[in-house]
Amino acid sequence: MADIDIAEEIPLPAQQRPPVVTSGVIGWLRANLFNSVFNTILTILAVYLLVLTVPPLIRWAFIDAVWDAPNGQACRGEGACWAFIGEKWRFIFFGRFPYDAQWRPLFVVVIIIGLVLASCDRRLWGRRLVLLWPAGLVMVGVLMSGGVFGLRYVPSEYWSGLPLTLILAVVGMLFAFPFAILLALGRRSNLPAVRVVSVAYIELVRGVPLITVLFMASVMLPLFLPEGVTIDKLLRAQVAFILFAAAYLAEVIRGGLQAIPKGQIEAADALGLGYWRRTRLIVLPQALAMVIPPLVNNFIGAFKNTSLVLIIGLFDLLNTANTALTDSNWQGFASETYVFVAAIYFCFCFFMSRYSQRLERTLNRGHRR
Amino acid sequence: MAVQTVATPSRPAPWRDPKIRAIAVQVVFVAVLAAFVAFLVHNTIVNLRRQNIATGFGFLDREAAFGIGESLIPYSPADTYARAFLVGLVNTLYVSALGIVLATLLGTVMGLARLSSNWLVAKLAAIYVETFRNIPLALQLLFWWALLRGSAPPPREAWELLPGVFISNRGITFPVPFAEAAYFWMAIAFAAGLVVAFAVRRWAKRRQERTGQQFPTGWAGLGLALGLPAIVFLGYGLPLRLDVPALRGFNFAGGTAMSPEFGALLIGLVVYTGTFIAEIVRAGILAVSWGQSEAAMALGLRSGQRMRLVVLPQALRVIIPPMTSEYLSLTKNSSLAVIIGYPDLVSIANTTLNQTGQAVEGIAMIMAVYLAISLLISLFMNLYNRAVALVER
Repeated sequence: MADIDIAEEIPLPAQQRPPVVTSGVIGWLRANLFNSVFNTILTILAVYLLVLTVPPLIRWAFIDAVWDAPNGQACRGEGACWAFIGEKWRFIFFGRFPYDAQWRPLFVVVIIIGLVLASCDRRLWGRRLVLLWPAGLVMVGVLMSGGVFGLRYVPSEYWSGLPLTLILAVVGMLFAFPFAILLALGRRSNLPAVRVVSVAYIELVRGVPLITVLFMASVMLPLFLPEGVTIDKLLRAQVAFILFAAAYLAEVIRGGLQAIPKGQIEAADALGLGYWRRTRLIVLPQALAMVIPPLVNNFIGAFKNTSLVLIIGLFDLLNTANTALTDSNWQGFASETYVFVAAIYFCFCFFMSRYSQRLERTLNRGHRR
Repeated sequence: MAVQTVATPSRPAPWRDPKIRAIAVQVVFVAVLAAFVAFLVHNTIVNLRRQNIATGFGFLDREAAFGIGESLIPYSPADTYARAFLVGLVNTLYVSALGIVLATLLGTVMGLARLSSNWLVAKLAAIYVETFRNIPLALQLLFWWALLRGSAPPPREAWELLPGVFISNRGITFPVPFAEAAYFWMAIAFAAGLVVAFAVRRWAKRRQERTGQQFPTGWAGLGLALGLPAIVFLGYGLPLRLDVPALRGFNFAGGTAMSPEFGALLIGLVVYTGTFIAEIVRAGILAVSWGQSEAAMALGLRSGQRMRLVVLPQALRVIIPPMTSEYLSLTKNSSLAVIIGYPDLVSIANTTLNQTGQAVEGIAMIMAVYLAISLLISLFMNLYNRAVALVER
């Protein structure tokens, strides 16, 4: 047996360091920022742009900002005046709702957000949710208008701010939905009269801006009603929203209806199901499940569109912010206010769009190879 | 012999016959709908009579008696309502057309940037898209307007963005060249260049089919379209004098100014719609599978040819239909001008119907105009779509 001299170790190859130029920070930089002449130029331009814009923005928003001030005069300077938001946030959120009763709209916001979050959880999808929504909306109605359980009555012209925005969006979508299903079914109907009317309605509404529908609701709806019947401003705007959203939703649902294989309908016919039972039991469950992600996107659109009610003088989140700006003690803080309100809208919309993207991925899992 | 009677299939009872049922359902449906519409019309007529509001389009010939901030066509308060409507229509079309072109450019650049292999550029484009897509357009318009109108300095302290381009609370002022006779002939030369370029393209295509020889059509066309006007320009002795805005008193003189309202509306529409177009472009290019590019490389196409001949024709097929609806929504969104006081069609119609009380006619006119614009844009885009669509057997 050969003696192995342990003391005389075979020299290991010198510990090789990973090549600097292809891995680590420098490697990453080379691969992602400087991998060609064109990309290098782009990177330099982008960095220049960032240097130009980001430091002044940070200086405006944080370093030079005033966080506490008794009035607008004390707040003037190079930076943002966040003291204005501190002064006005309650008005921006709840607007003209009686100050001492503002816990009610706060609860309304919590309830609506809770309902929406519950609807986002796929484990809860089912009959329970269908019961939860009406219960929640009744609570919203009671809390907002009061008049029962010892709550003070608050007429709808005092409903404002974030709760109004949420109510317009959520109630609008809920009521537009059944109408949209009927329109979508009508558009695919075999009966020419029904089809023509559905197509005409959908194309007419989709062809005009929401503003005109809102104008129509606020100016023409009172003319349409018989003498003596009046309808309040909020309800008019809500009706306009429902009529408008229904046309867009109908097109989304039609997409789902068209994707149902013909075999499904033939199988339902073979089972002896009539039109309505076939639609309710076979067609709609499949069609609606298919279009949930675009429905969520549609909801985002409706949520953003609620900001248009300021044109007909309702006090939604955007309009309360606008009204807050007219305070003569605090003049000229528009940028701060709009940035603040934009952040609120962004939070809602960004959450929903991320949710819709995730849903699309999970729901598609079965179809993807 | 017993006579065998062949039982003819019995007709179902009339109330079970699908055909008769279908007709009955439709008759009932139309009758209910007609009754509903008649009810609304009746109420409207009664209400209008009660409130002493005139009906009909007679008001269009009357004097409008309100001023309009900016107009591309001559207008004065002494003109008729019809003229005022026309001003609004022209303004709407102008801002929409400009917006569509700029939003397409911005959106395409951002969509491509999001696909860039450059990490920084891709991230910046993603931040742009995610931020501006998730904020309501009305809010963005108010923000830009507040920035241009409220936060921008007076003309004396205007920000000079580029030499000669000033931003002040009077809007954006920029230099324009003085009109010269040469520009007319340059436009003619440009048109002629385009016609010749098309002819060259047809000839080159036919020659390639016959002989297989290629001809640099793109460069030749570019040379013709730009070269001919350039020759005219040189021939006239380079007549270029810029009307540069200069501070005179409290405002700028010379150049052309874009009002804060128009500027805010245009920036808002372009920035907002650009995010959607960016996503459409990105999705369209991702929809072309990588194998297509590999196959093109295997055929020996250079990267420009690969993009032009293989990737883009297939991506456009995916891009065009949603792009059409973005153009439509930009046009419809231009009606938000009423928020910041730019005199577009809706804003002028709104003033009109407040003055005359004739809401039905005013709203009917707005709706008719937007429907017409929508149908025109769809028609145009459908024609283009047919040109790029897959030709199937």
